[in-house]
Amino acid sequence: MTGRILMLGNEAIGRGLVENGCAVAASYPGTPASEILSSVDRWRKAFGATMHVEWAVNEKVALEIAYTAAISGLRAAASMKQVGLSVASDPLMSGAYLGVTGGFLVISADDPGPHSSQTEQDSRMLAMTAKVPVLDPASPGQARELTGIGFELSERFGVPVMLRPTTRVCHSSQDLAPAPVRPNARKARFAKDPARWAATPAFRRRLHDRLAEKIAAIAAYGPTAPVRLDAGAGTPRAVVASGVACAHAREIMEESGLIGEIALYHVVQPYPLHTEFIERLFEVHDEILVLEESSPVIEMQAADRRRVRGRLTGAVPWTGELLPEAIDRILARFAGRSPRETPVAPEGGGRRPTLCPGCSHRSAFYAIRRAAPGGIYPSDIGCYTLGLNLGAVDTVLCMGAAVSQAAGFDIAHRLCGRPVDIVATIGDSTFYHAGIPPLIDAVVQGARFVLVILDNGTTAMTGFQPTPGSGRGAGGERTAAVDMEAIVRACGVGFCRIGDPDRIPEFVALLREALAHARERGVAVVIARRPCAVAERRAAPPARRTRVVVEEECTGCRHCVEEFECPALAFDEDSGRVRVDELLCTGCGVCVHVCPAGAIRAEGAGEDAE
Amino acid sequence: MTAPAAHDVRAQIVLGGVGGQGIVFLSRLLAEAAIARGLPVLASETHGMAQRGGIVVSHLKVGPFQSPVVRAGRADGLLALSEECAALHEPFLSERAWLVVNARRAPASRAGIRVHALDADALALASGTPRAVNLILLGFALARLGEGALFCGAGAVREALRRRHPSGGPVLQAALSALELGIARGT
Repeated sequence: MTGRILMLGNEAIGRGLVENGCAVAASYPGTPASEILSSVDRWRKAFGATMHVEWAVNEKVALEIAYTAAISGLRAAASMKQVGLSVASDPLMSGAYLGVTGGFLVISADDPGPHSSQTEQDSRMLAMTAKVPVLDPASPGQARELTGIGFELSERFGVPVMLRPTTRVCHSSQDLAPAPVRPNARKARFAKDPARWAATPAFRRRLHDRLAEKIAAIAAYGPTAPVRLDAGAGTPRAVVASGVACAHAREIMEESGLIGEIALYHVVQPYPLHTEFIERLFEVHDEILVLEESSPVIEMQAADRRRVRGRLTGAVPWTGELLPEAIDRILARFAGRSPRETPVAPEGGGRRPTLCPGCSHRSAFYAIRRAAPGGIYPSDIGCYTLGLNLGAVDTVLCMGAAVSQAAGFDIAHRLCGRPVDIVATIGDSTFYHAGIPPLIDAVVQGARFVLVILDNGTTAMTGFQPTPGSGRGAGGERTAAVDMEAIVRACGVGFCRIGDPDRIPEFVALLREALAHARERGVAVVIARRPCAVAERRAAPPARRTRVVVEEECTGCRHCVEEFECPALAFDEDSGRVRVDELLCTGCGVCVHVCPAGAIRAEGAGEDAE
Repeated sequence: MTAPAAHDVRAQIVLGGVGGQGIVFLSRLLAEAAIARGLPVLASETHGMAQRGGIVVSHLKVGPFQSPVVRAGRADGLLALSEECAALHEPFLSERAWLVVNARRAPASRAGIRVHALDADALALASGTPRAVNLILLGFALARLGEGALFCGAGAVREALRRRHPSGGPVLQAALSALELGIARGT
């Protein structure tokens, strides 16, 4: 063994936090950021570090918890995906003015592509708006290194620091040699200073002046200055790159021999871009190409516009991930070479994602379509977004919007005398995250719709993190659990019932009752409660599987394949009938209720097929 | 064939499959085997929604690389856990690459590409380990390609599995048996 271990970018960030004395870490799960907090927890346990590690109810709360530890003198970090940073932007903007006393890292993982997100937004733009420095790692190893550099930067200038990895850093892995974990000897001490921590607008103006001074000083801070990666000969052309785009560019330039012909600078801190670097760049080189994801943050700070190539000149595309194939073409054009012919790399394709075999969300969607045909189905962010495939998801806007959009559709349609049935779906974790305020609003405004809370007891999409209803914390420890029904009732909802979506006939009947209530009296909530099938199997594999078989009666009508879309049911073109894929079937037996011909049967099981 | 000397290794491999088949596990296992030989590793994985039954692809680069992503036309080999991934990811392959695919028959592919097919689904079902398709195909690839094509041999993969389960147990035994099943078919 070499002492080096394979670390995912997110594990490397988690390791870096623990190595550098982070005392409080908070997050809300979201791809590509989720594994950061779980890694912090793993390393914390491995070294017995005294830390508070939490999956917060949402990113705003996560940032506020960590920020407050940092104004109490401790090192702290809040991690999230880029759309989570939008949720947490309010405390970030204000916290930048007030500053910190202990090191504070806001880790916001961007998703150019996008691979698993609503947008390709660039968190570095939000860092610029907030006036906080942002560090842009190119690899898992550098991401780990920048946690320490980031804490030092934050403490030196008393500002929050953003660490902005992208999917290709978070979900790349690399061999790294872990550094020792230092015991954290700091004690929390909040020094009262109302003119700062509770600043009124008059003081805010002065704090803004001070922040501007800090940013100017950080633009001259040595440890985060750009690094030249080539031999340093005089060349008319230079590439300035940050993040994984720099890693792609370096590999391509080394392979194609461009590295001696064109200078390559690695920008570690895209904002504020180092002042002296900008000046030197235009003194030494005639033409500059900027490669960065996903907005022109470095490019806009490079003063001499006529000598800079990038997004603003059309040299770099504005949308999509900057894959190495694209960088290869951009570099060739910049060098005056003709771009090489390369095969087209496939993107996703082939097969659309679908709900897992045995997933009870599928049952809930199937029942919703039966109970409210022709209705409007607002939905939300999570595995259940895949209800799209089943025609049971009409809108997906952002976390919590299923509830406000349900109200919005009702208000808009009723206003014009055209009421419609509306059945919204939201996961349990998403409900706690951002679904409660819009539910209160809907009750107060008298909106009429059915909200189905898909309560599978976990945050499944991002890796089975606990929810506030789980009663367990980030490290599996027991915590208090909130009572979902009590919350719903306390919001003023008059109809709140629990059902098992896998009992399809009963669940359809329950939805019809809820719809009748909603049409006459206002919001009705149905809690579709059944544990995530995958999470259950991970915890304890079932001892015995129910065997589902397709009998002779199958007419080949494809109803189960098209309306239910379980991956374990496949239409066999040769026989003209459906067959069960034994490799995928979980034996949940729900499809027994779905077949119009009654041709699907569960062998050796009772009515429930459990 | 013997494994190439560590400083000569420059391998780029693409692994493709459908969510749930264990692509991420397979690429991490190979990465760990490379690290045990002292080789630098960069790999890139698919997470999130695509893992729900969608196509999952992993890039593995062993040697002095900077970028975690394999460029189109540059891969030395493709390990396809489902047949559809062979066609889908073929553009990654270089002109003289290998393709190991879980399929009943070898699919058509570009001239110059060495194709090796094994019906790992059938073997996994017959052996009562339906989730072991990934290790069966890996064992097959290791035996069929030899150490010259990959950066390690079956012994290094066995060691990597043992390091993951230092106290042994039925999970390790099942994994090792699946690997052996594939090796026997590839030899």
